[in-house]
Parts: sequence; C-alpha cells; structure tokens
Amino acid sequence: MDELDRKIINDLQAGFPLTEQPYAEVAARHGITESELLSRLQQLLDNKTLSRFGPMYDAEKLGGAFTLAAMQVPEQDFDKVAEVVNSYAEVAHNYQRDHQFNMWYVLATETPDQINLVNRDIEKRTGLKVFSMPKLTEYYIGLQLPV
Amino acid sequence: MDSALSQNKTEPVSKQGMSVDDVDRRIIQATQSGLPLVSRPYDEIAQRVGISTTEVIARMRILHQFGIIRRIAAVPNHYTLGYKANGMSVWDVPDDRVDELGQQIAALKFVSHCYQRPRFIPDWPYNLFAMVHAHNHEEAMTLVARIEKLLGNANRGHDVLFSKRILKKTGMRLPERDI
Repeated sequence: MDELDRKIINDLQAGFPLTEQPYAEVAARHGITESELLSRLQQLLDNKTLSRFGPMYDAEKLGGAFTLAAMQVPEQDFDKVAEVVNSYAEVAHNYQRDHQFNMWYVLATETPDQINLVNRDIEKRTGLKVFSMPKLTEYYIGLQLPV
Repeated sequence: MDSALSQNKTEPVSKQGMSVDDVDRRIIQATQSGLPLVSRPYDEIAQRVGISTTEVIARMRILHQFGIIRRIAAVPNHYTLGYKANGMSVWDVPDDRVDELGQQIAALKFVSHCYQRPRFIPDWPYNLFAMVHAHNHEEAMTLVARIEKLLGNANRGHDVLFSKRILKKTGMRLPERDI
C-alpha cells in the first residue's frame, strides 16, 4: 500500500458517489484514471487491506435485529465450533478473543425472533451456552480511524 | 463532494422508518457483498435486479436518506493495516450513570464503538463496551488507562479482551429466501 492507496482509502471511508460513473469521479479527485482506481481497489480487496467495499446496510432499520454473542469454547473444540458458527449466513462477524469468553460473533437477522432461533440452534449444535448481548444504547462516535 | 454518500449522523433519518419492497430487497441482495468494480457499477446491479440504472440510483438514494444504507464506503481491515491490537474494553459502571459515561468515552478519538449491553451476573458483570484500536498491546493498554482515569470511581471493575483472530467478516447478509 502506497501513499495514494492511503488517500483513496481515507476518502472512501467517508463515502462514495451514487452516480452513473462513480469511480471516474473519485479517480479525478486523486488525479488518476478510472481504470487505475479500479485496479488499486481490486488489489486492496485481494490483499485484504480492505475487508469490504460497498453499501453498509443497517439491519435494524430493515426490521431486522443485531446482537453480539459470546461463547466460552474449550480450546480443543475451537475450530470445530468456529466452523459451525461461521456456517450461518446471519453471522456477519466472528472474532477469537483472548479471554475465557473466547468467541464473539455478531448476528444480523431480518427479525428479532431469528436472533433467538440462530442462537438456540448454535447452542444445540455445539452444546455450549450462548450469551447474547444486544446493544441497549449506542453512543455517538465521530470519524473513522485514518489509515 | 456533495454527490457522495458521506456518513453524517446529523442528517435527518425517519423515526418511523420506511418499508422496503421486493425491488429494494433485490438491490440489497445484489450489493450486500460489495459494489461491482466496473466503470458503471449501478448498471450491473440494474441488470441483475431487472430495472433501470436510474431507478437503482434513485432507490439507493432513498435507502440512504432513511438510514437503511448507513453509507457506501470502503471498510479497511485494521488488522492488515497494522492495528494488531484490537481491544474490547468492558466496564462495570452504575446503570444510572452509564449514558453520561458512555457519551464521554465515545468522544475519545481512539474509541471506534461504544455501547451499553446487558450484564449476565455472575459470569459477565460488564455493561459498557468500548472498542480501542492500537498498533500493539502496550499502546492499547495506555488507551484503556485513559478510559480508566476518565471513569474514576464509577469504574467498579473492567477487563480488556484482545482479538486473536478474525474468524469471519462479511457484513450483514440477507438470506437468499423470500424473494
């Protein structure tokens, strides 16, 4: 990643145009061609500098629901349990953390009922208890981290 | 860049929300794993959904106005970028002060998310979560110490959970059914 990649990422963390040729607009701001921007973005996604590029949807506003769920997974079963948890399309993120509660996943579903259904199903398939911790209040955060 | 969909939390967002129809749902499904990296990305979505590009753009603008699209943006992988220490700091603070304290913590520049969540006594006593990103463990602990200082005696106990591995990171997906 070079200086221009950093500038592009910081620019695109803030937003992206909803116009017919949005990449051309962004490229012009950075003094490069559209095709160079496209190939840089492709590379940043391929080498995992970017984890996503596109619209970020708010599942709650779609009548959906979110929760953060935690599990205490025995070390020897960890990969097997991760495979089960990751197999659900509703699991948006999953992190291993250095703690007795060592697996933390985010569920995003269309209805609040489905949160419970997926968590129950995971409990049934893994034999482990799921601690579901939906956010009660979200506190205002300013800007994204600069890269 | 007035044509850009920037993250701007002061923009009016309907409280009653809006209901999405089947076409909106098809747009969501066509874009939730990412925007096509082609010159005219909304043309490709229009083709997949079976409507015009103009309609795709118009509908996505409305979805953004109502906050259903938070923003169209690049999401950096902080881990790849050298922010190797991703610490989820968790705090046990009195429930009647959690909003006041949560707002103060969220205002710190190094905190990327801050939420109140339910406790599970006795396994989990913490009700306030603040995510900090740092280049290493030591730097993260310095940031956590700043939160500790800010909380003072409202802090009845805390812990920091560092991420060891990203097991999955896809963002929200609508299941393929019901279409």
